[in-house]
Amino acid sequence: MVRVLISVPKRVKRGEAFDVKLLISHPMESGQRRDDMGQAIPRDIINSFVCTFDGDEVLRADLFPAIAANPFLSFAVVVQESGTLAMTFTDDHGAVQTETASVTVE
Amino acid sequence: MSRLPSWCPWPFLQGGPASLVLAGLLALTVAPASAADKRSGYQDASPETQAMQDDDAANPGFLWVQQGETLWSGRVGNANRSCADCHGAAPATMRGVAARYPMFDARLGRPITLPQRIQQCRVERQGAAPLASESDALLGLAAYVGLQSRGMPVQVAIDGPAQPSFEAGKALFTTRQGQFNLSCAQCHDGLAGQRLAGSVIPQGQPNGYPEYRLEWQGMGSLERRIRNCLVGVRAEPFAADAPELADLELYLGWRANGLRVETPAVRP
Repeated sequence: MVRVLISVPKRVKRGEAFDVKLLISHPMESGQRRDDMGQAIPRDIINSFVCTFDGDEVLRADLFPAIAANPFLSFAVVVQESGTLAMTFTDDHGAVQTETASVTVE
Repeated sequence: MSRLPSWCPWPFLQGGPASLVLAGLLALTVAPASAADKRSGYQDASPETQAMQDDDAANPGFLWVQQGETLWSGRVGNANRSCADCHGAAPATMRGVAARYPMFDARLGRPITLPQRIQQCRVERQGAAPLASESDALLGLAAYVGLQSRGMPVQVAIDGPAQPSFEAGKALFTTRQGQFNLSCAQCHDGLAGQRLAGSVIPQGQPNGYPEYRLEWQGMGSLERRIRNCLVGVRAEPFAADAPELADLELYLGWRANGLRVETPAVRP
C-alpha cells in the first residue's frame, strides 16, 4: 500500500468539467541507475492507471520511466449523476491498489 | 535516494580560469541582508515550482503531512500514549509552535530543533525508541507540526541563555570551511540573488522545512540541506546530533525572523 492524496470537489455541477488531482507516493525508479556497488537498480514504477466512474472507464494511462518520484496526475471529468470515482494503479511488482472518491452532483 | 552521488554544485571550481573569477567575486564585501531584504527561497523558485507549493493537492510534501497526521494520534511506546493524548488537536495546540524553533532548552542547556523535540517527547514521554533521522515518520511529524504555523512569521528567540549558542552559530556561518575554503555568508549573504552556474543563489532561509526538494525527489530536513552545502564546499559535515548544527540552525532561524513559515515548502 502506498500513500495517496486525492483531490476532488465535494459537489460538482451536472455536465460541467471538474479537476481530479492525484498524488501518489512512489519512488518511480527508472531502472537506468546503478547503486554505489555498480549494480543496476531494478525498475520500479507505476506502469498503468485507470479511472472509472461507477464502472465506466473515464481515463486509462500507461506510465513510463521518465516520470519523477511521487507522481502527480491531474485530469478533467464530466459526470451527469452522483457516483463514485475509482482510481486503480498497478506497479512493476504487480501490486494493484484502488482508491475511491465520491462525487455529488448538485 | 541515498544511492545518488553527492551533487556538487560547483564543478567549475575544480580549476581553470573560472575559479579565479569566482575567487575575485568572493573577495567583495560580505554584508548581511537587512530585514527589508529578506527573501524566501520561494521568490527565487520558478513559477512552476511555486505553483506546486501553492496548491496543496499538487504539493508532494502533503504526502508526508498525511503520514504525520496519522502518527499524531497513534499510541506508541511503553507509555502507550499518542502525541494527541497530551497535546490534543494539533491545528489548535501546535499553531505557531514551529515558528519558534530552534528553541533554547533550559534543561539541556542548548538549543533544540523541532525534530529533536519530537524525538525527545517520543523517548521521554512515550517511552518509545527514537525515530531514525530523516525517516519518513520523523519528517512527517515535523511537517504536520510545521504546517500548523504556515503563514505565521518566524520568531526565533536568541536572548538570555541562548545568546552564547547564537554567537557560536553566527561564528560558524561566517567561518570559511572545507577544501573550497568558503563560508556560508560568502554565498548566502554576499552573493545571494546572483547566479551560480544556472541557478540563483538563495539567501538560505530556513522558513519552509521540512521541505520537498525536486532534486531529492523527496522530503528532507534543514540538517540534510546543510549537509549538502558542507559536502558542496568539501567540508566535513556535522554529525546528525552535533551541537554545532543546532547552533547554526538557531542563527539561521533568527536570520529568518519575520519571514512567513511555508512548511511544507517545495524547492528546486
